[in-house]
Amino acid sequence: MRVTVNGEARDVPEGATVATLLAAMGATGGRVAVERNREIVPRAEHGTARLAEGDQIEVVQFVGGG
Amino acid sequence: MEDILRIGPREIRSRLFVGTGKYADFPTMKQAIEASAAEIVTVAVRRLDPKATGEKSLLHWLPEEVTLLPNTAGCFTADEAVRTCRLARELGMSDMVKLEVIGDPRTLFPDTEALLAAAKVLVAEGFTVLPYTTDDPVVAKKLEDAGCAAVMPLGAPIGSGLGLQNAVNLQILLESVKVPVIVDAGVGTASDAAIAMELGCDGVLLNTAIAAAREPSRMAEAMRLAVAAGRAAYLAGRMPKKLHASASSPTAGLVG
Repeated sequence: MRVTVNGEARDVPEGATVATLLAAMGATGGRVAVERNREIVPRAEHGTARLAEGDQIEVVQFVGGG
Repeated sequence: MEDILRIGPREIRSRLFVGTGKYADFPTMKQAIEASAAEIVTVAVRRLDPKATGEKSLLHWLPEEVTLLPNTAGCFTADEAVRTCRLARELGMSDMVKLEVIGDPRTLFPDTEALLAAAKVLVAEGFTVLPYTTDDPVVAKKLEDAGCAAVMPLGAPIGSGLGLQNAVNLQILLESVKVPVIVDAGVGTASDAAIAMELGCDGVLLNTAIAAAREPSRMAEAMRLAVAAGRAAYLAGRMPKKLHASASSPTAGLVG
């Protein structure tokens, strides 16, 4: 199943959740926020929110800024 | 008596807000933030860099006691800015945001029409909105009426260090709104920050003036002192300006 993550195409297994994706991206330690198809996926739902073909995912973090 | 700045539900003791961008490295940034004694620290929201974990992550280096103020820097539409704020709230568990909607990449001046539209959406969603805006008093009043918790007019273009270019507009703006006014952008050195506070502004937000100084932590301390001095001078009430001299020493009892 193919989704788009931060603007790049990515294959994820059928049944993958947001948490599966984050683990595959190595985003388990830091603080991240996830948007799917322009809607926030709350942290509490990362483990249950299943991805679907064509999903547009944004995974973000805080960086330095003014 | 303690001089507290109230923004939305928050009580803030430091009137100096600082950014976290443009530092040579994280240890320099940390030292500067500590020297500034700022309680509110701005951060940006960007796509995940999986390598930026542990000591390579910004959050690792921020003092625990600071409150993060996420910005929407780089957003050119109200929609992008609103989405970024929602992500920031999810990231930071706080509803306070520095709202920027940029209208021009060269000057980084705000698109005030889109800014107002985004502010209305965010206020309705329960955000504490601090908009980066122009020094236009009419726009500031509209932002206040839309429910923004403060307004943050620029003193000069972002990162320019030119100092306050239109103190008259800022004074009129200060008369036009009741919410706190925080000068955001344009401060280049300590006297610029002091002037903003002497005018009656409620706070100063700056980044490059510290980050681009030869000794950032020393400049951070200078900014802390300048903001405190300017605030004290404002509260004390300056003497009236006079064109001619007025002797400070008695004119009676002179020798000879």
